[in-house]
Amino acid sequence: MTLPGDGGAAPVASVVVALGSDQDVTRARHCVRDAATVLTMDLVTQTKIITAASELARNTVLHGRGGELEISTVVGPDDQSRHRRGLQLLFTDHGPGIADIDSAMTSGWTSGSGLGLGLPGSRSLVNEFELSSTPGVGTRIRVVMWVRDR
Amino acid sequence: MPRVPIVRVGSVLLATLGDDLDDESALQLQHDVGQRVTQTRASGVLLDISALEIVDSFICKVLGDTAAIVRVLGANVAVVGMSPAVAITLVELGLHLPGVRTARDIEHGLRELERARLDPARGSGRGGFGPR
Repeated sequence: MTLPGDGGAAPVASVVVALGSDQDVTRARHCVRDAATVLTMDLVTQTKIITAASELARNTVLHGRGGELEISTVVGPDDQSRHRRGLQLLFTDHGPGIADIDSAMTSGWTSGSGLGLGLPGSRSLVNEFELSSTPGVGTRIRVVMWVRDR
Repeated sequence: MPRVPIVRVGSVLLATLGDDLDDESALQLQHDVGQRVTQTRASGVLLDISALEIVDSFICKVLGDTAAIVRVLGANVAVVGMSPAVAITLVELGLHLPGVRTARDIEHGLRELERARLDPARGSGRGGFGPR
């Protein structure tokens, strides 16, 4: 599947996690951890992507009325055309959507009881972050964390 | 729903948060810690997060709220055992656990609680990253 602005990342293997409850958020975290382990991500990178996954999965459950997370291993060239591997997380829901994306991406802005750090915080933790949302249709968020090859 | 175990060690309560902590259990923890502080008249509470592979904004809020509840009930509290990777991620997220005392491990946490007990001026919970 080719996505707009995906920088040439091509999925090679993927798993889908349904997101309907807060137990699913925990499950999503574990699945992302397993995928990150397979990619031999270093611990800090792994911690960042799992944290971002937790924030975004919770958003999907709380604000998107549930949805799913597709976890994929992707390969693609870096800016020097070298082969690299990464982990792509694709969150989709068919909830109310986000009317004002700029506000939603602002640190401290919250539509509910949270800290208002879910979206901007997640964006700061990952290498690529892409959000598209249509009010009344749903929201799709794609993030990628590349593996630093040593 | 896995419940966070809380054990009593002398005058201190130790709550060990597990890797499988879900949102509901985290909220239950606030309630349980508050109850146990009142029942046991504990002078301090250690929240051990060494088993947590991540702390996201929700868990961070729960830790902050739990610490506030403990303080309001008249006991001291410290969050102990945060891994360096979690600390790096939290700071990058913009979450610094303001006003929450932190310590490297349980032993360090017990010393910090004892110091706070002997010197209530330091008992405000501030100084988690201050000089030892």
